[in-house]
Amino acid sequence: MSKLLEITDLRASVEGKEILKGIDLTVGEGEVHAIMGPNGSGKSTLSEVLAGNPAFTVTGGHVNFHGTDLLSLTPEDRSHEGLFLSFQYPVEIPGVSMTNFMRAAINAKRKYFGEEPMPATEFLKLMRQKREIVELDNKLASRSVNEGFSGGEKKRNEIFQMAMLEPRLSILDETDSGLDIDALRIVAGGVNKLRTPHNATIVITHYQRLLDYIKPDFVHVLYKGRIVRTGGPELALELEERGYDWIKEETEK
Amino acid sequence: MNSLDQYIELYLEHRDIVDSHSAPALNRLRPEALEVLERSRLPHKGDEGYERTSVDDMFAPDFGVNISRMPVEADLAATFKCDVPNMSTLLGITLNDTFHPSATLVKRLPEGVIFTSLREAAEKHPELVERYYGSLAPLTEAAVALNTLLAQDGVMIYVPRGMKLDRPLQLVNIFCSREPVMAVRRVLVVIEEGAEAQILVCDHTQPEAGASLSSQVVEIAVGRNARLDYCDMEESTSATSRHSRMFVRQEADSYLNFNGITLSCGNTRNDYNIDLTAPGCETRLSGMVIGSDRRHADNNSVVRHLAPRCKSNQLFKYVLDDDSTGAFEGSILVAPGAQHTEAYQSNRNILAAPGARMHTRPQLEIYNDDVKCSHGATTGQLDDEALFYMRTRGIPEREARVMLMQAFMTDVIDSVGIEGLRDRLRHLVERRFAGVSATCGDCPVNS
Repeated sequence: MSKLLEITDLRASVEGKEILKGIDLTVGEGEVHAIMGPNGSGKSTLSEVLAGNPAFTVTGGHVNFHGTDLLSLTPEDRSHEGLFLSFQYPVEIPGVSMTNFMRAAINAKRKYFGEEPMPATEFLKLMRQKREIVELDNKLASRSVNEGFSGGEKKRNEIFQMAMLEPRLSILDETDSGLDIDALRIVAGGVNKLRTPHNATIVITHYQRLLDYIKPDFVHVLYKGRIVRTGGPELALELEERGYDWIKEETEK
Repeated sequence: MNSLDQYIELYLEHRDIVDSHSAPALNRLRPEALEVLERSRLPHKGDEGYERTSVDDMFAPDFGVNISRMPVEADLAATFKCDVPNMSTLLGITLNDTFHPSATLVKRLPEGVIFTSLREAAEKHPELVERYYGSLAPLTEAAVALNTLLAQDGVMIYVPRGMKLDRPLQLVNIFCSREPVMAVRRVLVVIEEGAEAQILVCDHTQPEAGASLSSQVVEIAVGRNARLDYCDMEESTSATSRHSRMFVRQEADSYLNFNGITLSCGNTRNDYNIDLTAPGCETRLSGMVIGSDRRHADNNSVVRHLAPRCKSNQLFKYVLDDDSTGAFEGSILVAPGAQHTEAYQSNRNILAAPGARMHTRPQLEIYNDDVKCSHGATTGQLDDEALFYMRTRGIPEREARVMLMQAFMTDVIDSVGIEGLRDRLRHLVERRFAGVSATCGDCPVNS
């Protein structure tokens, strides 16, 4: 299987404090990788750094994303190249309608690839189709971005945006947090529907629960800014049963 | 050197010319105005209420004043059209300081309504102009006195008792002189008991015009149970200075919705003085400023609750880019007898560049227990988290910033009462933020 993402010795800090201390990770097309780990281990930092959040400083390492040097790109170009981050806390943007937001995103991507803006009717049809994947109400699509959405609606909205943008690599940052079981099923169902042999998913999660719905090929444990263990789906089950203490102990040795 | 001296001198040398090109209703206040000016000065930067703006500096240059009432480029007035989709207005145009009615205005103005030059109104309806002219603007203030000393003409809008206008009245003020010029504008608006009107005023400066100063005094009387939507929009150039003082008197159960929109300006100072003189009045006063380059805009509001059961709500928003500066001072005064007052004031600002500066000072003065009042001011930057979120969706940073600035102004745009104008304003604001000059597209003003 060909490589989609190759992270080599990635180091990053925020406000002078090093959070990522040398991450190595390779993700191939069609694969699902789960990244687990205790609080404060750097899971969210990894997703923010990959998406290009200017609040974080990359201090070393390299990220190859299907042949491009990911770290040299702006956040918007990373998106155009096929990277998508589903936020742990999706941001509310009062006054910007979902429709205008999505239209700007879609047309920016088309412009990047030298294409004309999408005709209005085609765009609205696309919105309608993709909304159905996560059962997102039409009412929500006409409101301001995430404003007044419930926790579950926000997460469904993230997957809706992912469906609209058709990324090569999706990073789902704690997408299960704050979801009840029905919302979890809808969100996971949406992610599964969007899987193809050519795209890939990184699922960042605390709990095994989400992995019952989105089945990982690989499970990695992130601790103190490094991946300290990699295994198959059984590793997630083991963590669920035994917690993280044994990993911490082994690492500290 | 007092910047008033040159104007006093001008008047003393040419008082006959000034008077002969005006009307008795306007001439009769000049001697008193002169007396006031001889012992005053215009506000300097740092004076109470003028923390960031020097009115004196605005008036200091040697501007020409057209006291002989020489006609200017009347072609522009004859051919001017304002094409805003879904908005059909009765249009009048002021070139520098001279009013020209449009053909439609002459034809379509309903019987009994006046929308004409102040001088003409004063000749045809002297009792009406005498009753209201100078009745709301205090002559004791230097800026009002100066305007009164030199105002030879202006605009009069009068809507008689019970008349409900079905089309907005639109006044377009255009500076089109290549020489430095001061337009002394006087606007009188009388909306009688039970009448309803919508007024749109647009200030433009032609791109090739020289330094221009408008000295404007607007007096607005809103009668019992009358309703007035008034939108005052400035889209001028960095060569333009504007000093506008507005005085409003609202009678019982009247409603005023006023929008002060500064899309682009040079150096602007707007004063809004609103007196709620009888029970049951409602006032909405909303404003926006979009600042860029080294431009400056200062809004000052004073809403006085002088009677029970009145409501006022003020909202002013600024987005300042580059090295532009903004100022807002607003006060709400609740008089001792004004029970059950509801008065709110909010000023919110975004500094979009490190060089931009905002001065804000919200004030409340309450002499009464039985009130609901609040005021607040915030000044901050664009939301970094929202910006990053949008960029991760592929929206380029510049476009995302424009969308956020546009979103910030949404509530001010929505407060505009004139149908059709909201969409136009949304479009203009977006163009302005996107760095396209904020002009109404193919408007002949800019050609």
